[in-house]
Amino acid sequence: MLTIAGRKFRSRLFGGTGKFSSPEIMKEALAASGCEMVTVALRRVDLNNPADDIMRVLDRERYLFLPNTSGARDAGEAIRLARLARASGGGEWLKLEVTPDPRTLLPDPIETLKATEELVKEGFKVLPYINADPILALRLQDAGAVAVMPLGSPIGTNQGVLTRFQIEIIIAQAQVPVIVDAGLGAPSHVAEAMEMGADAVLVNTAIAVAGDPVRMARAFAMAVEAGRIAYEAGLGAVRKDAAPSSPEDGLGFLR
Amino acid sequence: MKILCNGETLELAAGIRVADYLSQLGLDASSVVVECDGKILTREEYGSHALQDGSVLELIRFVGGG
Repeated sequence: MLTIAGRKFRSRLFGGTGKFSSPEIMKEALAASGCEMVTVALRRVDLNNPADDIMRVLDRERYLFLPNTSGARDAGEAIRLARLARASGGGEWLKLEVTPDPRTLLPDPIETLKATEELVKEGFKVLPYINADPILALRLQDAGAVAVMPLGSPIGTNQGVLTRFQIEIIIAQAQVPVIVDAGLGAPSHVAEAMEMGADAVLVNTAIAVAGDPVRMARAFAMAVEAGRIAYEAGLGAVRKDAAPSSPEDGLGFLR
Repeated sequence: MKILCNGETLELAAGIRVADYLSQLGLDASSVVVECDGKILTREEYGSHALQDGSVLELIRFVGGG
């Protein structure tokens, strides 16, 4: 069973709560996904529509909230968002995101490390969203991150695991859980990440914008489980030349 | 008096407490976090913290996100 910072998770699929067409569909899709931890963001209350509260449908007993610092462009903004999340009753868990470039939404490694160092001191359980950089992953682990979240491909792009080589190194080296996050657009993508030995995956866009988000959530849950079982069962080695599956002996009668 | 709330200039009764302003808006105090002049208020402070002319208020809540 997956353990992060002493907490056990039966499901290795974590869900996002953005981009759903309605709170009711989000609730149903999250239930179908089987996930136990969900990300949430922090934004200003819309003063023209203060009753609009997507969180009213989420059962805090059922889901552990993982507030993110999305929108932060540097360590200072991320730390401010983290403190607001804790004050909102978000607990100590935090998905640390520092994305200064709106075009790529790629994370700033230096600001992410700075913010991790400070937030760990303040008692947060920090899960930093990072580019798939094995050295950075180790630096964040040393700084006290409870997991690392390398990206498969840029947020919201559905391009799958484009960072396979680097994620394999991160998985081989990390002592903390590795959660592949971002860009996982199809069940086959999460199956690939799990077959590689990722401890978990986080999916938001691919489920939220699917034609049928509830069925898609189920498909992702099955793929995560299949990928994990395959990893535990031990995949066969990849080789260049063909190797016959049928016996090579016993063909003497043909020639 | 005038305050700046979530980037909007608003005219409010002088000395109104944060808790009273939230209920005017119809907001459940447990669903928001309040930052006043750069300082995060605890929920216990909502009832006693009086807004001043020129106060800068941020009302923040969880929304869907990834």
